[in-house]
Amino acid sequence: MEFQENLLHLLYFLASVSFIFGLKMLSNPKTARNGNLIAAAGMTLAIIGTLFLYHSPEGKPIGNLPWIFTGIIIGTIIGTLMAKRVKMTSMPQMVSFFNGMGGACAALISVNEFGKYTQSNYAETLFNSEVLMILLGIMIGSVSFAGSMIAYGKLEGKIKDYVLPRQQLFNTVLLLIILGLGAFIMSQTEGNLGLLYVVMFLSLVYGVLFVLPIGGADMPVVISLLNSFTGLAAAFGGFLYGNKAMLTGGILVGSAGTILTILMCNAMNRSLLNVLVGAFGGQSGAAGAAHAGELGVAKEVSLNDCAILCNYAQRVMVVPGYGLAVAQAQHITHEFESVLEARGVEVKYAIHPVAGRMPGHMNVLLAEADVAYDKLLEMEEANPLFKNTDVVLVIGANDVVNPAAKDDPTSPIYGMPILDVDESKTVVVLKRGMSAGYAGIENRLFFNDNTRMLFGDAKSSIEKLVRELKNL
Amino acid sequence: MTEVLPFLSQHIVEIFRFLGQHIEAVYILALSILLGIEVISNVPAVLHTPLMSGANAIHGVVIIGAIIVMGHAEPDNYLALILGFLAVVMGTLNVVGGFVVTDRMLEMFKKKK
Repeated sequence: MEFQENLLHLLYFLASVSFIFGLKMLSNPKTARNGNLIAAAGMTLAIIGTLFLYHSPEGKPIGNLPWIFTGIIIGTIIGTLMAKRVKMTSMPQMVSFFNGMGGACAALISVNEFGKYTQSNYAETLFNSEVLMILLGIMIGSVSFAGSMIAYGKLEGKIKDYVLPRQQLFNTVLLLIILGLGAFIMSQTEGNLGLLYVVMFLSLVYGVLFVLPIGGADMPVVISLLNSFTGLAAAFGGFLYGNKAMLTGGILVGSAGTILTILMCNAMNRSLLNVLVGAFGGQSGAAGAAHAGELGVAKEVSLNDCAILCNYAQRVMVVPGYGLAVAQAQHITHEFESVLEARGVEVKYAIHPVAGRMPGHMNVLLAEADVAYDKLLEMEEANPLFKNTDVVLVIGANDVVNPAAKDDPTSPIYGMPILDVDESKTVVVLKRGMSAGYAGIENRLFFNDNTRMLFGDAKSSIEKLVRELKNL
Repeated sequence: MTEVLPFLSQHIVEIFRFLGQHIEAVYILALSILLGIEVISNVPAVLHTPLMSGANAIHGVVIIGAIIVMGHAEPDNYLALILGFLAVVMGTLNVVGGFVVTDRMLEMFKKKK
């Protein structure tokens, strides 16, 4: 048995190392895929080791194996099917869903562990580190689960943004009540399971209210934050069992997730607080609308003219946005690109860090449509090229090309780095209508002299463009 | 004042005892936090989503806790069995779904041409 124990320690150690290397490799495009596989292999080792080698401090091996295997098999089948079937455009909500599952798992473990404290001991209060870890696990796990499910619903378009009156005050009071109840539980000599369920329920409510007012475009930041929450909850579990793999894995995700959240906020030039309080939209919408009349009239372009513009250009730059993802226009855009390339036109894609609903969203989508990786330019590479670009095709993007971010200090997106598409010779904006972008503000770009509008669904517009091109 | 001081020092002693008992975990905590920051800091925006998804799969390690809970539940404690079973299923979803989704995203980063 001692041998088994040491072997298990070694397996946990390998798992921890694989998580670290996996994350490191995931941060480089060349090694990312192998990094993911290495982390998955480490995880498999840790799970198999736990199943067959783990003994409780009293020396009992893992029982109920048939149940556990059934659970693992069910989870594997459902998880694989969901992950394989999900559309590329729905990736963000899928991640959120799986994250919620992890949070719920952590909360349920804590509920079960609390069971052994429900017998009265009449001697000491429950003020010890183990009960603290259990309570934190329940609170954070529940918040993460409920929040992730709301984020999932929002990205699926099933849940609308909803702000209660005095929401921030209400949330703060709720949080204080949850913490107060937790402290009360710890001050007793007998574990009160009913009260624990109240804490769990209130934490779930808090998770819902925490995410509900935050706008859909900010969901990636929220998902990333909840991701690091679940990491923490896993780490509390690791503390509970003295399990190093859970501890390192959880903390690693907790800290990496926090940094990632901040990086995402930086890419939008906003603070995390600003995202969480949900200052975007709302008041700015009205202000923007007032300016609309003064901006002049947007000029339309016909399909034929647009095709001719592109056909005789030397360089065409495509700026994709969420509209492209919604219309599923990535494949037809790639075809458009191939037709132009065959005629000697250089076509590149300029990708803003927060284009779409998630950083990297556009890259994943375009890669799915077989667009070559080296055609995708990041903002810093693309911006100097716009001066020498004949046609910029803005497909379903809005805020990321809004010049107000550069020169209008009153604009809510002021300070966000944007793609300088207005420096090119002609900008063609493919858009459904003249509605504002996610930030709810007017875009002066549409009224520029060198801007032309091409109204309609992105996919059908580009299909028609390709047809026109082939006729030329 | 004379009452508060011993009370406080009592708690400070408790805190130090706690730290001393769990010093190994405290080390792991500190080093893991630093590692997490270090590992992420230079990631290009393109990889934010896959990285988040990969990290999401890694915290699925919480399934180990679910297995332990489930493995030591008394066979007649149905509430514990049901909760444990749910925890195992959800934990597995987190791990398997997380890694498969990440792999699908990264599959597309292959260099074409």
